[in-house]
Amino acid sequence: MLNLRVAAVNHLPLFVTIPLLTSRSFNCIVNSVYPLKMNYKSLLPLILLLSCTLWNADAQSYQDPQHHSCLKCHSNQSYSFKNEITGKMVKRLMNPYYILDTIAISAAVHKQFDCTDCHSGEYKAYPHKSELKLQPLSSCLDCHGGDASYAKYKFEEIEREFKKSVHYKVYGENFTCSKCHSQHTYVATARTSSNVLDIVDYNNKMCLSCHNDMKKYKLVSGHDNPKLIVIHDWLPNQELHFRHVRCIECHTEVKDSLMVSHNILSKDRAVKKCAECHSANSKLKASLYKYQNLQKRSENGTISSILTNSSYTIGTHQSPILKLVSILIFLALLSGIIIHSLFRIFKK
Amino acid sequence: METTDKIYFYPLWLRIWHGFNALGILILILTGISMQSSMDTPIIGFNLAVNLHNIAGIAVILCYILFFTGNLITGNGKFYRIKKKGFFRNLIKQGSYYAWGMFHGENYPFPLSEKRKFNPLQKYSYVLVMYLAVPVVIVTGIALLFPELIIDKAWGISGVFMTAILHAAMGFFISIFLIIHLYIASVGKSPLENYKSIITGWHHI
Repeated sequence: MLNLRVAAVNHLPLFVTIPLLTSRSFNCIVNSVYPLKMNYKSLLPLILLLSCTLWNADAQSYQDPQHHSCLKCHSNQSYSFKNEITGKMVKRLMNPYYILDTIAISAAVHKQFDCTDCHSGEYKAYPHKSELKLQPLSSCLDCHGGDASYAKYKFEEIEREFKKSVHYKVYGENFTCSKCHSQHTYVATARTSSNVLDIVDYNNKMCLSCHNDMKKYKLVSGHDNPKLIVIHDWLPNQELHFRHVRCIECHTEVKDSLMVSHNILSKDRAVKKCAECHSANSKLKASLYKYQNLQKRSENGTISSILTNSSYTIGTHQSPILKLVSILIFLALLSGIIIHSLFRIFKK
Repeated sequence: METTDKIYFYPLWLRIWHGFNALGILILILTGISMQSSMDTPIIGFNLAVNLHNIAGIAVILCYILFFTGNLITGNGKFYRIKKKGFFRNLIKQGSYYAWGMFHGENYPFPLSEKRKFNPLQKYSYVLVMYLAVPVVIVTGIALLFPELIIDKAWGISGVFMTAILHAAMGFFISIFLIIHLYIASVGKSPLENYKSIITGWHHI
């Protein structure tokens, strides 16, 4: 697994890489690149460079939370500390929101970073100073904004779109990216997976983490969360829809320049007309099925067979031939009846 | 009541069935078209269309059970029996009467009596609708209400897709039947005669 970390590190610019390389992962690189009997002299320039930088020797892998200075508590249900006033050791339950899923972290987009790359270095002191909580954390744009290497993700445009969204209107700047995209565990499933159901499931869980959670929902909106099953009562085959399309398919404004529009609309502006998806020019082609990784599947025939026969259309209109046939039959019937009635009137 | 040229054609249970079935099918067709074309008119909003379609669908299933058992228990079922003898000849005879004969003063080829309630064309279209199209629409409709029952894929095509196509196609044929049914009903002693019969039960010979 260390190789994973190394591989991820290799893609980063050197000034980012060096502080990230832990002693452990560095050994790993050395051992894998250079056989054991190798003359280490040839490594000298690199070692020199590394020792000149402030590299984080304390950083440890998320793979081994028991020995990670942060995760040994933050992946546990409880923690202990010495109460300086009573002089006794105290064991307490960890705040459930501070317990981290180490497996998810080690697979997530930020896995190559250590905790103190984003959180204050002062957290290394334990017990932590209480005022540390009040320190502002970096926002996503602090790292991702204005950087050419992230240009394809269009973070700035996402921010502009987000500011039009109902989330921003309700909660303002307090509605951070992390409300939906956990910096700890986020995976860019939509860009990587070729399985539609996985993409849908991962994406909808982001919405459900608040919209199906009374406490989190109320924190932002100030009122109880509406029951999703009840408010989507009008939607036919609710369960099937929820499994096969993302909430955002109907609840955002599609924007061609972004993979996912972050302008989450208020519920009265959500898509409610079947034909917007269930028609030959389905909205889904501009949203869920615009990912290249999904379009690639069409080369294998899976998606193309769905889209070319306009399977999202309701009823017979799913098939253009049947639609034409049904219109022709209807017109023939109508003209037959008209001619027959005319004969009945005039032939009396 | 004067009975010389009248026959009590439609018993009460049949008229009740016919009335409810007609109402249900009409609602299904209107809401079906509204959903298929995704019209979100102020008259039938989409929510309402879906709910009405579901309720009317279940009502029509109940109606169908009444129709089916009624035809089993009473003698009404015999009017729907298919006769091989002269099958096509009789159909053509009735068809040519509607297309030609009725405008040239020909006599009705299959005069109705207590033994013959329907003309051949009428009978076989009723058989097709009531014993093929409606059952198919009911089965596919139930399947679409519970899509988890539908097999995922058959011959590489989505099961839900095929079920939806079949449901809508059969619904379309029932709509076509309804239009013909309503129109042909006006071909009687007087244009309103047949409509009156299905309400009162008495049919003028």
